[in-house]
Amino acid sequence: MAATSPPGVGLLKGLGVTIKHLFKRPSTQMYPNERPDLPPRTRGVIALLEENCTVCMLCARECPDWCIYIDSHKETVPPAKEGGRARTRNMLDRFAIDFSLCMYCGICVEVCPFDALWWSPEFEYAEYDMDKLLHEKEKLREWADTVPPPPPLDEGALPVPEVAAAIDKVVKERELEEAKAEQAARDAELAQAAPAAAPAAAAAKAEEIHVEAGQIDQETFDALIAQGKSERMARAKAKAAYVKKEKARILAEQEAAAAAAPAAPKAEEIHVEAGQIDQETFDALIAEGKSERMARAKAKAAWVKKEKARIRAEQEAAAPAAEVAPAEVAPAEAAAVEAPPAAPAAEAAPARKLSDVHVEGSGEIDQETFDALIAEGKSERIARAKAKAAWIKKRKQEQLDAEGDA
Amino acid sequence: MNVELTASLSPAVFVPAPSAFDLDVAFGITVAIKVAFILALFLVVPLVVGYMEHKAMGRLQHRRGPVAAGPFGTLQLVADGIKFIQKEDVIPAAADRKVFALAPGLALVPAILVFLVLPFGPGVWAVDLELGLFYALAISSVSVLGVMMGGWASANKFSLIGGLRAGAQLIAYELPLILAAIAVAVQAGTLSLVGIVEAQATFTLPGTDLNLWFVFPQILGFVIFFLASLAELSRPPFDMPIADSELVFGYMTEYTGIKFAMYLLTEYAGMVSMSALMVVLYLGGWQLLPGVGLPGCEGAGGMFDCGWLGAIGGVVITLAKILILTFIMVWARVAYPRLREDQLQRLSWLVLVPLSLINLAVIAIAKVVVF
Amino acid sequence: MSDLSTREKIHPGTAPGEDIALEIVGDGDFATTDMTLSIGPAHPATHGVFRIVLELNGERITAARPVIGYMHRGFEKLAEYRDFRQIKALVNRHDWLSGFSNELGVALVVEKMLEMEVPDRAQWIRMLIAEWNRVLNHLMFVGSFALELGAITPMFYAFRERDEIQYLLEAATGGRLHFTYNQVGGLKLDLPKGFLAESVRLSKLTQERLPDYFDLVLGNEIFQARTVGVGPLPPEVALSFGVTGPTLQAAGVPEDSRVTEPYLKYDEVDVPVHLGENGDSFDRFACLLYRIQYSLHIIDQIHDHLPAGPVNTKLPKMVKAPEGAAYQRIENPLGQLGYWLESDGGRTPWRLKMRTPSFSNVQSIPYLLEGMLVPDAISVLGSVFFVVGDIDR
Repeated sequence: MAATSPPGVGLLKGLGVTIKHLFKRPSTQMYPNERPDLPPRTRGVIALLEENCTVCMLCARECPDWCIYIDSHKETVPPAKEGGRARTRNMLDRFAIDFSLCMYCGICVEVCPFDALWWSPEFEYAEYDMDKLLHEKEKLREWADTVPPPPPLDEGALPVPEVAAAIDKVVKERELEEAKAEQAARDAELAQAAPAAAPAAAAAKAEEIHVEAGQIDQETFDALIAQGKSERMARAKAKAAYVKKEKARILAEQEAAAAAAPAAPKAEEIHVEAGQIDQETFDALIAEGKSERMARAKAKAAWVKKEKARIRAEQEAAAPAAEVAPAEVAPAEAAAVEAPPAAPAAEAAPARKLSDVHVEGSGEIDQETFDALIAEGKSERIARAKAKAAWIKKRKQEQLDAEGDA
Repeated sequence: MNVELTASLSPAVFVPAPSAFDLDVAFGITVAIKVAFILALFLVVPLVVGYMEHKAMGRLQHRRGPVAAGPFGTLQLVADGIKFIQKEDVIPAAADRKVFALAPGLALVPAILVFLVLPFGPGVWAVDLELGLFYALAISSVSVLGVMMGGWASANKFSLIGGLRAGAQLIAYELPLILAAIAVAVQAGTLSLVGIVEAQATFTLPGTDLNLWFVFPQILGFVIFFLASLAELSRPPFDMPIADSELVFGYMTEYTGIKFAMYLLTEYAGMVSMSALMVVLYLGGWQLLPGVGLPGCEGAGGMFDCGWLGAIGGVVITLAKILILTFIMVWARVAYPRLREDQLQRLSWLVLVPLSLINLAVIAIAKVVVF
Repeated sequence: MSDLSTREKIHPGTAPGEDIALEIVGDGDFATTDMTLSIGPAHPATHGVFRIVLELNGERITAARPVIGYMHRGFEKLAEYRDFRQIKALVNRHDWLSGFSNELGVALVVEKMLEMEVPDRAQWIRMLIAEWNRVLNHLMFVGSFALELGAITPMFYAFRERDEIQYLLEAATGGRLHFTYNQVGGLKLDLPKGFLAESVRLSKLTQERLPDYFDLVLGNEIFQARTVGVGPLPPEVALSFGVTGPTLQAAGVPEDSRVTEPYLKYDEVDVPVHLGENGDSFDRFACLLYRIQYSLHIIDQIHDHLPAGPVNTKLPKMVKAPEGAAYQRIENPLGQLGYWLESDGGRTPWRLKMRTPSFSNVQSIPYLLEGMLVPDAISVLGSVFFVVGDIDR
């Protein structure tokens, strides 16, 4: 093994290996001039999406070197609708991370239940002074804008349910849009074929409409990115998609103008933007021990459902306004209103249970229960959910008691 | 008396070849011009070589080398020099302050003095000494005194070991170096460096008109001289006096700022002067290729009595050869680990000294019999 | 400190490296005194704050005494006040060149106590990253050992490779050194798309470049002159000091817990072990280079085996090890790493004892250094592979 070759060959090989590299392109990355292309998972800096923070303090408590500083106060928020109740909410005063202590383990990002903390690949925040590494929430919020979308997973990985659902949704929407655009284009052609109907209208073929190709179609872009296309590819395709859509839209407008016939507005499907979550459902699911992700997804669905129901109800109420008797109120309330004068009736219905009383979960928690659970060593999340449930139960009990007294 | 006989019996009278700076002006001005010339060479050429080393090392190691200071990083060493000047001059409390301060200077001055006799082109030398080769080798080995002084005066064990290693290394490698150089002097018949260049310009392979440099008959001597000069300069793979992973930085451990820079400058100047010596002794001086003279030149082999064009061409050729030799030094530094001190001594006494004696004997016999 | 009796049993009447001995002026007319040379705590050859006090006669070492503890950070005590998720972030810092393997050890020992089934895919990915981590670690030592012998170039080549591998691992884990990718029961996240293709490419590229190190370092005559026969560590002595990893394999002992006590899925792949003959610096370095080659061989096999499926198991909100104790050893890049976990059922360990390879490896240094020259000491220090944080913990 050692020195099996004739003497001197090893020395020559050494010269050979080094001179070989003289003619290769240096592997140096010219850093300040050339930005490193960091992967999305890079743990560069911790960013705070302040809007999502509920001051639950999980991150600060889980941090192995206690480098997160949080201050907050409670604030009463006026009721969202008429007749509702005022709610108290934790308001974040200070959120600071001392990056001179931080060991970049990522536990805070992992434990954050509301996706308020994120890793960003930003890394250029070196300072000459250690004190300056303590960054407040404003700075952390700025970094939140640099957080890249998570990378798509390997083929062998289990798909993340929400991502799969989101991709499905986007793909379906795109198909729908394309179908609509095609339909519009066909209609335009038909309109073209009947010049008598609209002689003044410009012969608007899709080819003749000029759309400035500067913008991108965000939906298409997101979908493509989610499919794992490169950013450049996605951008190009999204631009094309934008142009197509714009053309379709302009065509449709022109057509409408030419025909000048008032189209009967169809009862469109009610579209609700699925952005929010239904807090009640969420809390309930959490209390049942579902995972946060699952709970969030279901809560979103629940919210959409509710919203749709609400909008439909409003529309119905608005259209045949006169026909519906205004006395039709929620039955429970009606019962409550009617109960006092009809004493026998009240006696006849003594079996009113807690489940019959409706109390809206406002997000407040029952501090006693919460403290007790925390003392028992439950996690904060569980404790909060259970304490909320306890609060609602108490309110219901109070309501029942009041009725009983009455 | 027969004139010819007298000439052959009595030693030839040495007539120094005139330098281009020997102008028809006052002696003082001539001296000033020569000093300026030597200093300019001393300050500029090592910088060029240093830049070459930075860049070549970078590329050999698959990186770029300096890029930021000046165009293509050319001013990197200038920037380094400015940095060294600004640095605090720290003298250890236990150091022998006078010796400590004197040592870098003592290492540096001989490195300057060697440049006195080095011919860089036709007429481009300060002085042509009859004992030029002797002078160059003798004065260049004085540098080690500065190194040993620095090692001793630092009051640091690493420095001391480094200094002693440097001394041992000098003793071991001076011998093969000089023995190899003597063979050249024997073949050329002179110790004058200009004379040796002239001898190479006129040396032909016996029996033919083919002009040859001394590297061809004395390839063994050239290799020995090259290795010995690497060792004498403490260049890798013979850099035990510095040996940064063992001795921190050897005799330079305690030096900072401008004194440290002086040691570094000594090293680069040494690389230049040793390479220049090799060019003169073995590679035909400012001759482009064997048998090819310079434009506008007369004299032996078309290499002397030139105009400005020839002088500049000669200097360019010499510098190019120096750069090639120093590149090989850098290349060896990049490719090899360092030897151990005892292996280095063994290499010198058991391999290089006998080989250089054989080389000397062969050349001496050939000089009488063949050349 | 030094075990003279052991040495004399093995080499009766000799000292290692005697063949290169120079005449030493002894107690005669010209007696000299020994010089004490303190190498470290901050010295280029110790890569960290590690100190060796050498007694020198000329340049020959008459006694060597390692002084450890400059970097003691109390990991074992800290771990008693951290839950397992936090410990994972902690332990990949004691041997900072093998972060993934360290956290893997903790994850494995906790899983052992919980008797938890880890999904197959997670185990294979763990192996993949652990082997890449081994390559990273060994490349570092290839570079630094050559650098200590005065060859500056291998360091740059090794770092070029390291950088590409670190970039690869960063894409999956988010970290370049401290990966924190494990969790009890699996991994934090699955691999990102394209990781495997890149991994295959890099494995091929590194295998193509590996011969450069063989040519530039291992085959170099000067390197051989500096390492062959320097600091031979006989197998009995190595075992008596508890030396493990490449340093032990160089002595010819086929001990590699990936083979002798397979964990993860190492029993399903071919794990070659390179054995040295003399246990000298040369063999130690050769073992290191061959281990890179074999790790890449394992990586190639993992690419072919990687199953689809989940990478983590459902965990309770707070992972608690049941009452009891467990020991898990794994083959860390530098040798055997063992975690002995004793739990009282709480959220933190009652005691977490670390058996780190570097600590055991440096125990052999006094034995190896005695009678050597200072430059050989460097050759030994560089080839008895250790990371200072791993010694002091």
